[in-house]
Amino acid sequence: MTDAATLLAPPRRRHAGQGARLRAACYGLLGILTLAAVWELYKGLGPVDGLVVGDIRVLPRTSDLAMPHVWDMIARLFEPVTRAEGARVLWLEIVLAAGLTLGIAAAGWVVGVIVGMAFALIMQRWILAESALLPWIVLSQTVPLIAFAPLVKSWGSRIEIGAFEWQDWMSVAVIASYLAFFPVAVGALKGLQSPDRLHLELLHTYSAGWWPTMLHLRLPAAVPYLLPALRLAAANAVVGAVVAEVSTGLQGGIGRLVIQYAGQASGDPAKAWAPIFGAIALGLIAAGSVALLGLLVKDYRRTEGAA
Amino acid sequence: MSNAVTVTGVDKVFDSGAGQVVALTEVALDVAPGEFVSLIGPSGCGKSTLLRLIADLESPTNGTVEVFGTSAHQARLDQRYGIAFQQAGLLPWRTVAANIALPLELSGMPKSDVRARVDELIALVGLGDFGDRFPDQLSGGMQQRVAIARALAKKPQLLLMDEPFGALDEMTREYLQTELLRIAAETGAAVVFVTHSIPEAVYLSDRVVVMSPRPGRIAEVVPMSLGSTGSRADDLREDGSFFEMITAVREALHGGGVAAAPRGVENR
Repeated sequence: MTDAATLLAPPRRRHAGQGARLRAACYGLLGILTLAAVWELYKGLGPVDGLVVGDIRVLPRTSDLAMPHVWDMIARLFEPVTRAEGARVLWLEIVLAAGLTLGIAAAGWVVGVIVGMAFALIMQRWILAESALLPWIVLSQTVPLIAFAPLVKSWGSRIEIGAFEWQDWMSVAVIASYLAFFPVAVGALKGLQSPDRLHLELLHTYSAGWWPTMLHLRLPAAVPYLLPALRLAAANAVVGAVVAEVSTGLQGGIGRLVIQYAGQASGDPAKAWAPIFGAIALGLIAAGSVALLGLLVKDYRRTEGAA
Repeated sequence: MSNAVTVTGVDKVFDSGAGQVVALTEVALDVAPGEFVSLIGPSGCGKSTLLRLIADLESPTNGTVEVFGTSAHQARLDQRYGIAFQQAGLLPWRTVAANIALPLELSGMPKSDVRARVDELIALVGLGDFGDRFPDQLSGGMQQRVAIARALAKKPQLLLMDEPFGALDEMTREYLQTELLRIAAETGAAVVFVTHSIPEAVYLSDRVVVMSPRPGRIAEVVPMSLGSTGSRADDLREDGSFFEMITAVREALHGGGVAAAPRGVENR
């Protein structure tokens, strides 16, 4: 429930100047380099067969099979996927797969945001709906996705309306939306409830009804709560899409490649890491795109305090 | 023309967890059109509650509240009054001009009319160059002026103000008091003004309504014989008659028949 916990914290205004942003980028890069250095350091110094205490391996093996060199992993990206004639270079294969997954995740994100907003509006409008729905919304996230994904696929395959036929990727998008709607519902509800009594009474004295109050007060006030929720939803949609690809067996996405290349890891250990990098990059791109959205609504992140 | 405000035999009882709390009992008050009336009294005397009853933000347990001859509820729906609170309560994502425009937009006024009216109001409260600033770029005094302009947007003939200058420093406060008198005189609006400060009440008002707590009621109504409110200026603050009126209000506060000292009233 850490997701919800971050959402419940009141949003703060941040003054991110050009310099601060550059520094943040440098720290990010430094973090990656440190991670690579730690990886290589352990690989160099750690016991080849790991450390086993009793029956439990407390330290991993450091063999090339378990922990390929960082540079091997990178170099592998620029080699062909297979030795077959005309095979694509690995990074391109990853990018294409990631593109497909990103598209599905984006569709899931959009559906999740719409559903999440709808839930938040309903819960804000009727206090009874909040006490009736919110526990179920929280509970919904405890359903194991692995169990749930094949069900969605089999339900979906029965849908056929006129020329419309359910596609497998739609099942994946639905599962992605199932993870994405949660932070939006919780965050948006918190945001819609955030205006203080003073502002609500002011709108009341203008004899503004529910909808004008929503439009002019609650929705704008919810923006600072919505932005982190949307970002979380984007990351969740990617995770959901990747996991759903695996459990519904959808071909062509990054989730499929993770499984497929892991199966080939005994012969080609560095290759298995490529789709993992792809999935990480995917999450960053998804969350980053939402951050760009935040720039469009920066006036809504202002606070009331005097200068 | 009917009174701006007519309060008749009003009781207000709040149900709290510990039982019932009597906030107001047997309150009767008339405010004439264009009159400036201050409500003063210690904390818990129900002065804010009385203002909220007039604004139809609360409803009375007994008695009636009329605004311009209609019920307070109808007056709120018709937006016959403008209101300002201790916090300016501006919407942080709207500029000064857009904040003032909000009540006009909500009533469906055409865009060009809104712009013309907003320009008028910005000039009226002396914020000429600040129309496109955001609230967080303004001082507390300027924010409060925006709030007053917003309260005046629909040309109400009644202004309800709940300690609007309570959070400001003394210099700004005195300046805005004189500004408020000018604005009230220009618009001809009646004002019901809640305050903790005796000099503020005396300086601004035609009549000062002194209230006492437990249960909240009107102890005394002290008329201010200081000339018309529109003609008052800062030199009045050093005038002998001003101090006489301060003394009169203070005695009314202390002599309200309540043993407890009037806590929460500033004597400066």
